[in-house]
Amino acid sequence: MFGWEFPPHILGGLGTASYGLTKGMAMQPDMDITFVIPKPHGDEDQSFLKIIGACYVPVVRKENDWNYVNQRIGSMMNPDEYYRLRDGIRYDFRRIHTDDLGCINFSGRYPDNLIEEISNYEAVASVLAHQMEFDIIHSHDWLTFPAGVFAKQISGKPLVIHVHATDFDRSRGQVNPIVYGIEKKGMDAADHIMTVSDLTRKIVIEKYHQDPRKVTTVHNAVDPLPDANSFTKTPRKNKVVTFLGRITMQKGPEYFVEAAYRVLQKTKDVRFVMAGNGDMMNAMIDLVAKRNIADRFHFTGFLKGRAVHELLAESDVYIMPSVSEPFGISPLEAMQVGTPSIISKQSGCAEILTHAIKTDYWDIEAMADAIYAIVKNPAMHRSLQELGRDEVNNIRWQDAGLKVRGIYESVM
Amino acid sequence: MKNICFYFQVHQPLRLRRYRFLEIGKDHYYYDDFQTEDRLKTLVDQVYLPANKTIAEMIRSSNSKFRCAFSISGIVLEQFEQHYPEVIDSFKELAKTDCVEFLAEPYAHSLSSIFDASEFTRQVKMHSEKIEALFGKRPTAFFNAELIYSDAIGELVSKMGYKTIMIDEAKQVLGWKSPNYVYTHSNIPKLKLLVRNCKLSDDLAFRFSKMSWIDYPLTAEKFIDWIEKMPEDEKIINLGMGYEVFGLIQSVQTGIFEYLKALPYHAMEHHVNFVLPSEITKKFEPIGPLSVTYPVSWVGNDKDLTPWTGNDLQQEALSKLYAVGERVRLCSDKPLLHDWLMLQSSDHFRYMSHKDPYGTSYDSSYDAFMNYMNILADFLERVDAQYPSTIENEELNELLKTINQQEIEIETLENEVKRLKSKKPKVDTEK
Repeated sequence: MFGWEFPPHILGGLGTASYGLTKGMAMQPDMDITFVIPKPHGDEDQSFLKIIGACYVPVVRKENDWNYVNQRIGSMMNPDEYYRLRDGIRYDFRRIHTDDLGCINFSGRYPDNLIEEISNYEAVASVLAHQMEFDIIHSHDWLTFPAGVFAKQISGKPLVIHVHATDFDRSRGQVNPIVYGIEKKGMDAADHIMTVSDLTRKIVIEKYHQDPRKVTTVHNAVDPLPDANSFTKTPRKNKVVTFLGRITMQKGPEYFVEAAYRVLQKTKDVRFVMAGNGDMMNAMIDLVAKRNIADRFHFTGFLKGRAVHELLAESDVYIMPSVSEPFGISPLEAMQVGTPSIISKQSGCAEILTHAIKTDYWDIEAMADAIYAIVKNPAMHRSLQELGRDEVNNIRWQDAGLKVRGIYESVM
Repeated sequence: MKNICFYFQVHQPLRLRRYRFLEIGKDHYYYDDFQTEDRLKTLVDQVYLPANKTIAEMIRSSNSKFRCAFSISGIVLEQFEQHYPEVIDSFKELAKTDCVEFLAEPYAHSLSSIFDASEFTRQVKMHSEKIEALFGKRPTAFFNAELIYSDAIGELVSKMGYKTIMIDEAKQVLGWKSPNYVYTHSNIPKLKLLVRNCKLSDDLAFRFSKMSWIDYPLTAEKFIDWIEKMPEDEKIINLGMGYEVFGLIQSVQTGIFEYLKALPYHAMEHHVNFVLPSEITKKFEPIGPLSVTYPVSWVGNDKDLTPWTGNDLQQEALSKLYAVGERVRLCSDKPLLHDWLMLQSSDHFRYMSHKDPYGTSYDSSYDAFMNYMNILADFLERVDAQYPSTIENEELNELLKTINQQEIEIETLENEVKRLKSKKPKVDTEK
């Protein structure tokens, strides 16, 4: 499998989904997974799969002695494996800047020279494809598509790609042609395409012109939260309504502010929290001030790890008014800790949730109505809380894993 | 000789409009007239008029041997009067033949029989007055909304003077017993229970056009043959269903109307009769009592109240609504009283069911609940404005209690007077 992120060092939903899916698939006893990421940090959970860091794979042959290699990368990779992989170098990659071991220095993030990093990743894939043993190649998201395609060309093994998002989601229609090109090429070369929702499947078929028979939806799931009960809700006079995510155009933060404004016209004992960071944050602070609701509106900035679940558990309502969301795992996380969720119908997770309120992202009236109903109506809150939690606990990664397995078998 | 007792339920709620919380206290109109009329138009064109015509023809061709009963809710009658008076006329035509009986039911097709006994009594009275005014005859048989029945409801109905009540064939009530007999209330022997034959009713209502069904196609001949072959002493077959079976659930293309038309002929050939509910009570002796401790209905496999009261949302909405019953009945504000009835339709609560929101036009059960609760909030504010709640609520209760107690007291005293009066001459003769 080629991926870009893996917990605990994640930047978005891709890492969480990669982790959950591989963990779910690893429950099948005859499944061996090798997961390639650009730059591991060494603290990843490797109990159910093997992680290879692309930044420790040599692409240019350099002579070093065993002890030196061990001293340099021994903590991340066995030097013997380094030498074995070094024998897989069949192409001349000297044009790429490498270090004294012949390895490429990846950032593992989303830097400005992302396109260059993607093609360097491709070089790594060629080495791996020559030297590793595997039955199928699985690429997560467009960043890894070129790597997957190259590996398929070299090894002749089937390629399955997993679309977690398309550029149409990220850009509200203003598609970057280079990104589109990479995505399209990957989809064309793939033997099968998995999408995280029917919504994304539709985009892949319509905008990328793929054969519908080749595209299957595998809905994401959510990792069970072992300490779900440790998150508690402090009783307080004011109800809390929370938005959590990047404050960008895709997430529809302005609709949240407008809905809040309407709720506050009717009742004063509700507070609104906007957690996260993004390019629209300042615009949102302006809008809140303009609507004259700044006394009831709070910005927390970027939250991470346990703080996310803590805030979700403290909230009375979680809201995700995304304009376009391929899946959207955060409402499921909110429901795990017993917080009712309002999601836009334009979110992939709306396809699998019954006990959440669904509105159109632009329908601020409906959104306000739903917020009002949940904070004012204990029966509504209780129903969504209890039934929602049961529902989410039944959405398991191992079922998604079985579905992926079925797809593998169909192309092998 | 077998007897078929047909009865049909006619009901449509007033659909509620999208009512946002910001409108609470500002706008007091709750109905989506377009949607209500649109649905009604479909039903009138596809069901009510053609089906009535078919039944009129069946009565004519069978020389008044074909009979059936209708239970038409007050709410839908109002809608007919407003938008489609021709439907009322066509029911009047049927009424003139004397082969059709109209059954009593709570006016608003409500769940009041479970939640508010005095409201139930009031609505039944309202409904039978309406039926009498329109069709000239006061109902004597009773059909509760959604066929909800329990011993307690039976007692209420019997007190109002009804002698017959329809119930459904629920396993938890009948067990091994056959529905094809007349039963009585567990401790009021004069109240007769007619048990709907579930299998044959559903054959007609839901399986008629199902090609995967083993008995497809169902012809009138086959159907009558089944009935004729039933055990000798099972004499009554009660077939009850929603009227929309004819033309909507089973569309005209399935041949349901032709099936109906053929029914009287084959029935007469095999000496199978048609009877009305009130005739059964007079002609047939009951075989034994049935005890129904927990309410049953005619929906689903469980035949209980869960489609309307099964989840927290429904219970919340119902308890909020029926909490103000007493106070609303004291009001004289006509629009308020009208809204009170319309908001009671059982349909609104059915739409809040997570599992079985039959006939809903909402996105989800939560959506239905939110909208209903916004409307109810406005309605409750209006009730409050007339009879402020809080402190005066208790005073009101006290007052009501005294009034009610006075009534009971007067009644017992009157009875005593009667008893004493009748006793007196007896004493004289003994002397």
